Amino acid sequence: MRVVRSELWAGRALLVVLMVFTLLPFITIFTTALHPSGTVPNGLDWPANPQWGNFVEAFNVANMTALLISSTRIVIAVVPVALIISTMAGFAIGALRIRGANALLLLFVFGLTLPFPGIIIPIYFLERTLGIYNTQFAIVLPLIALYMPFAVFWMRSHFVNTPTEISEAARVDGASIWDLFWRIHVPLARAPMSSLGILMSVWTWNQFLLALVLVEDPTQRTMAGALGAFQGHYATDVPLLCAGTILILLPTLVIFVLFQRQIIAALLEGSIKG
Amino acid sequence: MPAPSTVKPVSTPDNRVVTLPDSSRITPGRVIRRETLVGWLFVLPALLMYSVFVLLPLLLSVLYSFFRWNGVGPATFVGLKNYLTVFQVPDLLGTISNAFWLVVWFSFIPVGIGLVVASVIHRVATGRFGAIARTILFLPQVIPLVAAGIIWGSLLSLQGLVNQALRVFGLGTFARAWLGDFDTALPAVGIIGVWVLLGFCTVLLLTGMTKISAALYESARIDGAGWFREFSSITVPLLRHEIGVCLTVTVIAALAAFDIVYVTTAGGPGNATAVPGIQIYILAFTQRQVGLASALAVMLMIMVVIIIIPIQRLSRVESTQ
Repeated sequence: MRVVRSELWAGRALLVVLMVFTLLPFITIFTTALHPSGTVPNGLDWPANPQWGNFVEAFNVANMTALLISSTRIVIAVVPVALIISTMAGFAIGALRIRGANALLLLFVFGLTLPFPGIIIPIYFLERTLGIYNTQFAIVLPLIALYMPFAVFWMRSHFVNTPTEISEAARVDGASIWDLFWRIHVPLARAPMSSLGILMSVWTWNQFLLALVLVEDPTQRTMAGALGAFQGHYATDVPLLCAGTILILLPTLVIFVLFQRQIIAALLEGSIKG
Repeated sequence: MPAPSTVKPVSTPDNRVVTLPDSSRITPGRVIRRETLVGWLFVLPALLMYSVFVLLPLLLSVLYSFFRWNGVGPATFVGLKNYLTVFQVPDLLGTISNAFWLVVWFSFIPVGIGLVVASVIHRVATGRFGAIARTILFLPQVIPLVAAGIIWGSLLSLQGLVNQALRVFGLGTFARAWLGDFDTALPAVGIIGVWVLLGFCTVLLLTGMTKISAALYESARIDGAGWFREFSSITVPLLRHEIGVCLTVTVIAALAAFDIVYVTTAGGPGNATAVPGIQIYILAFTQRQVGLASALAVMLMIMVVIIIIPIQRLSRVESTQ
């Protein structure tokens, strides 16, 4: 299609403005993080004497090693379980089309509309009753549950589009439903499963409210939860706070750059099909 | 709720392949029933987790909202009194109007700007340039919201970039601590939401636009339609579904807002930025008014439904035609 020249430039200019609006905040905290600890630097000033040591200091002060271990443990506990059980449910609803599949789907999709602060209070009291408050299970179990609406919905929309001939052929060959699932459908579902796994890892890393309410010790929390505590302690030391923030968001950026195609596609398709 | 009652209880503890005792007489109906049973066993783990940690808390929220309870002592049934309190106490009612303002900032503005921006760039955003733009615009979507809050907290502070820019342009008199000022705190929080959600909306709408046939635009041009005509007669109507999706996702994000507000203003100054999420947290976990907090939580969930249903209606009409 032919595009008028002026329009082409207007479009490009607008895009550049938008990119600058998106990137400037990142650049600002980076320059701020390089100023001497304890000062209050101006927004975009490059420091006379960049303090790269701030990153090391933030790493130590925030007890980053413990945080990394804790967050990684939570991700490892949440993601595989959530992935397997949502794939199983998506398979039953989408491929087996069991009786009540539509009602089940509706029940799960309903969860997508729930604002999370609406159910945090009972989760807190429930966990006190179950005796898991203030342990990592306090974050892990509700997170798995909270991912179910999106995850089941996402996997179901993959399975609903797999040709039924595959299942029928396997059944004729005498495969049990478990074999059908594990040997045939799971290998075919590798792509949507990996997108979902990446998304859930990032979401887990970024989870804040659950960590804030349910675990008192910041070193047992997710990264975002720990960042909240770090901010509470170092709100006045802006450069150090910015350095800590960069350290905590860096892994999410790395994951995003590595897997951006899957992440963008999953977020867009996941919401559009909804 | 699960397993139709006509099926014999043949579930085994490990729930793998279930064999019926009299398998010699399997009729088609039975096979289907057996498959349904096994199918339900596949759904069971997900359903169980979802029920215990999402659906049960949802019901408990409703239950708590009818009681006065400090979280430890005995609870007193008070009927609808907590709901009345929400309507009568100005600070609590204020959180609801703040929530509506946040919907404007987090939802209407990013979707509106995203729509215009996407329509302007959708024909130039191809190739490498387009791919890089997509990546960059998406960045705020993957970082922790807490980090977004901290970043903007420093941008909007007295020494921050926003005030620095104002001074450069000779507008230094407007400089202020944006998040600490009663008049500007809520819009300042709103801007953070725009930053986080604009990229997502733009990219989503852009993706939708690439599906609209180029021939439509071509013929509109031949008829002499300008950019605005194209925008209002082709782009917006054909993107109705995507616009609906964008609005739905961002409205929920606005009403569920917690992280950004918590780290930037914690609801202040005064109650200027107190949104339901923050107020629920404060009421339940620092003021120990669990019943009142739950009433607000229930009202929040109802608000989401009330706002989302018309959006869904409007965006669905078109897709059925």
